[in-house]
Amino acid sequence: MAPTRREFLQMAGFSAIGLALPVLPSLAWARTGAPAAGVSAYPAAPGPLPARKAKRWAMTVKPGKCRAGCTDCITACHLEHNVPAIGNPKDDVHWIGLQKVGHVFPAEAHPRLPDTIRGLSVPVLCNHCENPPCVRVCPTQATFRRPDGIVVMDYHRCIGCRFCMAACPYGSRSMNWRDPRPFIRKINQDFPTRTRGVVEKCNFCEERLARGILPACVVACKEKAMAFGDLEDPCSEVRLTLDRGLSLRRRPELGTGPQIYYIL
Amino acid sequence: MLEKALKGSRGYGIWVAFLLLLVAVGFFFYLRQLDYGLGITGLSRDVSWGLYIAQFTFLVGIAASAVMLVLPYYLHDFKAFGRITILGEFLAVSAVIMCVTFVFVDLGRPDRAVNLLLYPSPRSVLFWDVIVLNGYLLLNIVTGWTVLESDKKGIPPPAWVKPLIYLSIPWAVSIHTVTAFIYSGLPGRGFWLTAIMAPRFLASAFASGPALLILFCLILKRFCRFDAGEKAIQTLAKIVTYALATSIFFVMVEIFTVFYSQVPGHMHHLTYLFAGLEGHNTIARWMTVSAFTALISLVLLIIPRTRKNESLLALACFGVFLSLWIEKGLGLVVTGFVPSPLEAIPDYSPTGAEVAITVGVWALGLLLVTMFYKIFVSVRNE
Repeated sequence: MAPTRREFLQMAGFSAIGLALPVLPSLAWARTGAPAAGVSAYPAAPGPLPARKAKRWAMTVKPGKCRAGCTDCITACHLEHNVPAIGNPKDDVHWIGLQKVGHVFPAEAHPRLPDTIRGLSVPVLCNHCENPPCVRVCPTQATFRRPDGIVVMDYHRCIGCRFCMAACPYGSRSMNWRDPRPFIRKINQDFPTRTRGVVEKCNFCEERLARGILPACVVACKEKAMAFGDLEDPCSEVRLTLDRGLSLRRRPELGTGPQIYYIL
Repeated sequence: MLEKALKGSRGYGIWVAFLLLLVAVGFFFYLRQLDYGLGITGLSRDVSWGLYIAQFTFLVGIAASAVMLVLPYYLHDFKAFGRITILGEFLAVSAVIMCVTFVFVDLGRPDRAVNLLLYPSPRSVLFWDVIVLNGYLLLNIVTGWTVLESDKKGIPPPAWVKPLIYLSIPWAVSIHTVTAFIYSGLPGRGFWLTAIMAPRFLASAFASGPALLILFCLILKRFCRFDAGEKAIQTLAKIVTYALATSIFFVMVEIFTVFYSQVPGHMHHLTYLFAGLEGHNTIARWMTVSAFTALISLVLLIIPRTRKNESLLALACFGVFLSLWIEKGLGLVVTGFVPSPLEAIPDYSPTGAEVAITVGVWALGLLLVTMFYKIFVSVRNE
């Protein structure tokens, strides 16, 4: 629906304030739903930049660049999204994890791989599949795929049946087995916390994209091991990276069409 | 007719009180689960379905097996089943109610269960399972109750029940097929990704359900002055025999395909199930019990002399029930998750609270069976 003249002027006015006060978090916008946040599932605090849009968001990861023992991407993601640090494997919730090459690419791993490859820790996260089984099985459409390819969750609709967790071939989903809030180190007011009983996972930082910022893990990585961009744009960083040689995706034979590409 | 469930002998009263106590204990722990979250169970990120969903899967089979009475009686006019067809239907009703309860207690946000209907998702198998289960529940309540009521009045059942009874036959197949599709339609779980899942489910259902029904009939005969008749019980026993043999055959087919092709992604699961992986062998020990019980029961059922011996038949039926309960109610669900997509070998063992809730739901089902059967026997003995 096209905005009426009155709505347009309101938007223009808000935008002007936003331009004039880029450093102040404009709470009023967040509550009323700023124009820039229109593509987001959550009303996010607006930033100084226009929303980033793409035909198909994708990510490339070069685990070879990672510093040994570095967990910056995980820390940044979990702080940004209020992911609890529960500290026991049973109740564990995480959006990104680090895994050995052999476990991430069991079909490609063999005993003669050089130690430099075998010893690598590979960041694993939701693959934002082109053909996501989790979306197919969800009985309430609480998880769905946006036109730009991001697979998101509606935490207010999820009934916690965990069919999506069984369906995900990558183990990318976590259940809130108990109230996560006491385990959040520092609550980020710009992102919702979850209740017990719902499933959650990486959202490709859709709330940041709506504010024109790149995903938290990509920004946090000092080694530039991760790149993010539009797969349909030949000049995007992900496309330039993919053009240079062979890249791997996790379990491509399942036909899910994962959109995280690994360069090893 | 309902009032007949409310009065009975002293033994009946004690049994009902005992079941009510178990239901109350289960309910108490369910309230704790509501308060704390599903973390009160042994479930984890890796093994995200456990005892509850496994019971649901097993009980769908018990519910579906009513068709093994309805079909011979109504389609082939097999008179011997006339006396007990209603018992099968009431068992189905109780089993479906248990199924729905198990799915409900497994939900992380049961307060939002109505979202299943508010946002119908035809692409989700779970959505279809809700539809077929509730449809089956309704069909069996209506047909079972109506036929029993006509019995009481000594008139033939009204003509409109017949189409519903015929409909309930394919519907019974559908509930277990759709439930199998929950598992077999997932791309990443090699253990479940097999086209034979639905046939396997049906074969084991047609063994475990009638086996339970035989046990119930023998109990009714001993304690409640109701004799289902030698012919009915022996025919049921033959159904159990063939279904059990088919079920074992299907498992062997699975084992051959996986271990001869030697695809690791499929092999690891079955190795875990029957032998354990890297020392994680709790499930494997249970499965050893299941395998031996199934074989011994099969022998007892095949040999006519042992099958016709009531005590040995009871033993064999108990064996069939136990074996298939272990296979479906413990092994099938958990093994799909082990090893995990990232090749971890997580351990799952149900917590005390989880077991208490599970026992509570079973007690609820048994209570329903008890009350339905009490009504049935009272009407029949009049």
